[in-house]
Amino acid sequence: MTAPQPESAGRGARVEVVGLGAAYGHTRVLDAVRFTVEPGGWLAVIGPNGSGKSTLLRSVLGLQAHEGQVRIDGVPTTGMPRRDRARLLAYAPQLPVLPEGISTREYVTLGRTPHRPLLAAPRRSDRAVVADVLQRLDLEPLADRLLATLSGGEQQRAVLARALAQRPRVLFLDEPTAALDLGHAQQVLDLLDRLRRQDGLTVVSTLHDLTLAGQYADRLTLLAAGRVVAEGTPAEVLTPAALAEHYGARAQVVSGPDGLAVLPVR
Amino acid sequence: MSATTHRTRPGRPTAGPGTVHPRRSTAVVTGAAGLALVAAVLAGIWVGAVPLAPGGVVLTLADRALGPFGIDVPGGLTGTQAAVLLQLRLPRVVLAVLVGAALAVSGAAYQGVFRNPLADPYLLGAAAGAGLGATLTIAYSPVQSLGPVGIVPLAAFAGALFGVFCALALGSVAGGAHSPTLLLAGIAVAAFLAAAQNLVQQQNTDDLREIYGWMIGQLGSSQWSDVVLVLPYLGLACAVLLCCGRALDVLAVGDDEAGSLGVHPGRLRLLVILAASLATASAVAVSGLIGFVGLVVPHIVRRLAGGSYTRVLPLSLLVGGAFLVVADLVARVVLAPAELPIGVVTAFVGAPFFAGLLWFGARRR
Repeated sequence: MTAPQPESAGRGARVEVVGLGAAYGHTRVLDAVRFTVEPGGWLAVIGPNGSGKSTLLRSVLGLQAHEGQVRIDGVPTTGMPRRDRARLLAYAPQLPVLPEGISTREYVTLGRTPHRPLLAAPRRSDRAVVADVLQRLDLEPLADRLLATLSGGEQQRAVLARALAQRPRVLFLDEPTAALDLGHAQQVLDLLDRLRRQDGLTVVSTLHDLTLAGQYADRLTLLAAGRVVAEGTPAEVLTPAALAEHYGARAQVVSGPDGLAVLPVR
Repeated sequence: MSATTHRTRPGRPTAGPGTVHPRRSTAVVTGAAGLALVAAVLAGIWVGAVPLAPGGVVLTLADRALGPFGIDVPGGLTGTQAAVLLQLRLPRVVLAVLVGAALAVSGAAYQGVFRNPLADPYLLGAAAGAGLGATLTIAYSPVQSLGPVGIVPLAAFAGALFGVFCALALGSVAGGAHSPTLLLAGIAVAAFLAAAQNLVQQQNTDDLREIYGWMIGQLGSSQWSDVVLVLPYLGLACAVLLCCGRALDVLAVGDDEAGSLGVHPGRLRLLVILAASLATASAVAVSGLIGFVGLVVPHIVRRLAGGSYTRVLPLSLLVGGAFLVVADLVARVVLAPAELPIGVVTAFVGAPFFAGLLWFGARRR
């Protein structure tokens, strides 16, 4: 098998979001959200429950009615065919639906969907990409196991593998560590960081764990009630004052060897 | 997503429980299903109230096939036997294959589209609509047929499509192509049409026996004209459905993720529902309401070959055809020369078989 050439290795895209708004019925969920992620950057969207983080991701991906503009490397996604968009942007939702009765390999192969006609069987090149992704995410021993029989951490890796099999230029992750304990959460985030650096992939994720967000992302956007209230480096955004104001939380921010840590205070 | 569902056993990394070997088992299972269908068809032709010698059947069919080329094949069945074969047995077996295949493949498609293992082809009001159409014509129609085509099949066909159309219309008004809304719309439409059917039935107790006979499903009056009537619709619908396997696999990961993979879940769902409903309506038109096949055959197939719709759909086609031929055979033979309604047999034979499959499947794990 020839080593597949990643179609977009080292070509993470620049993401620009301008004036993004969304509503459920008469309830406005997002208002005039704007942010920019540089190619190869990692932006973590943080904010209290119900601040619109998931809606923001789904709007940027075009999975939800919204106003405003999303540009990928300067190209607006409005009016872009879904398949074209799916070759640029991949998405791992907070609660992925894991189909029953299919193997990990079959699941990861679904990530090749935007690269071939919907009716066509996977080609040799598709299978090569899948094999490559399975190997890089240490999923080879699990490739022929039923997806439903994997552990939570293994399933999260499989979801990540499916998204990476799309060979996207931007990876959108909604709470990739929500179902994981601390050790598995760190494994997944380390893996993401490694993939991002190797491929130059741009990553946009929501993360509710502020310490992990501060340690892994290079920029944070703090969302409160659907508006961006702070953005910048972790040190700029994670301040006791901001946590008190927007989370209603009492917390200290302490510097550790690997960045900031948010420490709750009684 | 519980971490406790399975633990990797050291030393058994690839052959532990839950391991699937898609490629090898697909070839084996497909071959076995094909053989089962052929065996079922042959048994369905040979066995019956008038026993037909296997050799004679082959020679008669060869004689008919080669007749137009001026080749006579001697030694076939007698005239009466040949008439039984060609006018009774053969159309009945062919229709059983078509109806079984259509119900099973549309059941699988419905289950995929709604991501619901309890879905069956009658879910969206197809059965209730067909029942109402058939009941109305049996009770009130002054004519028995329009040209060569019976009026009851036509009304059942139209009724089934009408039921599904109402469910789709109500569902789209109520909440777009969102699948739970559509499901509920289907249940509402089915309940309403079934109530209307019951009302008509109560007003026409003289026709009760005929209506009841139709509702429970039958293949006893099968003719070649039935085959000709439904074949184009069935062929088209099944061809579309067989092409949708990969699309249904994508849909299985949820609407949002399917959307992020470049698919339009709403459009896809509509296409599959339309094709499956066309297949169901055609089947119902010529056979009445045969239950159980569309619900259970896809599950049998999943247990044998895994959950990917690229395998479930074609295998449901084969297994559904074989299953209904066998059920019809049992219906003809058990009380010969009288016949059991096939709808009774599908549940009577199918339910224990499925229970056994669940039982042994659970023990093997």
